[in-house]
Amino acid sequence: MKRAIRIVGTGFLLVAGFNQAAGTWRGTKAEPVLVAAQQQQMATEVKIDNFSFSPATLEIKAGSTVTWTNADDIPHTVVSNDKVFKSKVLDTDQKFSFTFDKPGTYPYFCSLHPKMTAKVVVQ
Amino acid sequence: MKNETKDEIKFDHNGDGIDRRGFLKCMAWAGTGTLCVMKGGVLNSYSLSALAKLDPAAAMGELSFVQISDSHMGFNKPANPDVIGTLKAAIAKINALPGNPEFLLHTGDITHLAKPEEFDNVQQILKDAKVKEAFYVPGEHDVASDEGKEYLERYGRGTKGAGWHSFDKNGVHFIGLVNVVDLKAGGLGTLGHEQLEWLEDDLKGKKSSTPIVVFAHIPLWSVYPQWGWGTEDSAQALSYLKKFGSVTVLNGHIHQTMQKIEGNVTFHTAASTAFPQPAPGTADSPGPMKVPAEQLRSVLGITSVNFVRGQKALAVVDSNLSE
Repeated sequence: MKRAIRIVGTGFLLVAGFNQAAGTWRGTKAEPVLVAAQQQQMATEVKIDNFSFSPATLEIKAGSTVTWTNADDIPHTVVSNDKVFKSKVLDTDQKFSFTFDKPGTYPYFCSLHPKMTAKVVVQ
Repeated sequence: MKNETKDEIKFDHNGDGIDRRGFLKCMAWAGTGTLCVMKGGVLNSYSLSALAKLDPAAAMGELSFVQISDSHMGFNKPANPDVIGTLKAAIAKINALPGNPEFLLHTGDITHLAKPEEFDNVQQILKDAKVKEAFYVPGEHDVASDEGKEYLERYGRGTKGAGWHSFDKNGVHFIGLVNVVDLKAGGLGTLGHEQLEWLEDDLKGKKSSTPIVVFAHIPLWSVYPQWGWGTEDSAQALSYLKKFGSVTVLNGHIHQTMQKIEGNVTFHTAASTAFPQPAPGTADSPGPMKVPAEQLRSVLGITSVNFVRGQKALAVVDSNLSE
């Protein structure tokens, strides 16, 4: 039983390795696979808890989608200082997502509790 | 008085002849209630438990009104699953006050999420208050969802800008300020240039003997900036009030009663009718504080204010909902 699992695991790694290798060596054909893999890696979460955003600085690659979730008993918002993005008022457990296409630093805050500040750094 | 022992008055001015220095230091925390009476510039503060010893004339004036705050209609978390019930209890408390208050001030966070049905619920409950009128200023919860559109539709008549306004009652000038809109990252409450100009203009020509009552949601004094409990440009607003002999500033937002006297200005924050928040710096964040159910009403409350002409006296009395 133990042995069977190991074989399956190895097989999976081999397939993944092959795809990645194909993307690197042969260009266009495997590219969609790469992009999908990258996005999956970069999907990122910010938790709003205890009147703070965590992590306070989030570093991501361009094209990544960030999702904020309000874990507080009080509503909060996610508002870009430069008006690039603005959530609705998020009640407990509500989420807001934004995809960052362009590199840069995006400071943001909660418009209800402006002492709550944080930033997203897009590379 | 059930919760007498919970009073935390750091400076007891029951005695006579407190000097001005004493006023500056005065910061009274009141779990159950404090009565402050200023006579001829001298402040006396009493625990509510000492009220019986007071001359009734001192507690009744020519104008009395009541302040409620932070009803957060729509809030349903463990800190208080029944904000309708506690708001109704607050109204019952008002209706039981000796002598009917002339009117009611609501210092904001009327609703939790500014939903029409939340506003409707509050309106319905306040209909039972035995007061002739009600005046409002918004809290950040009332304006965050829609830039204050719903709030202004309901309460904006006769107001300027985001809802600021002034009116006179029995020779007392009342000013409702809005410090919850267009807040800047990292900052505190904000009045803004336009409102400050309006305020300066509003006070022009008023005699310095006119008693002034200012009410706004976020405290107009620096309670605890780390938690955003203060207003960026309040100093400028207060500078316009310097010439007046009697200024009372009533706020909400921090869900607990607190008082400070600075020169001619008495600052006072009211309790919430919905849920308590921790004392400054005593918790990781200012989020709703869960207390045992049987204690909840002892940390919620109303504030009644009496003005006694000729005595420079505005007596501010907090009472909780369990008394």
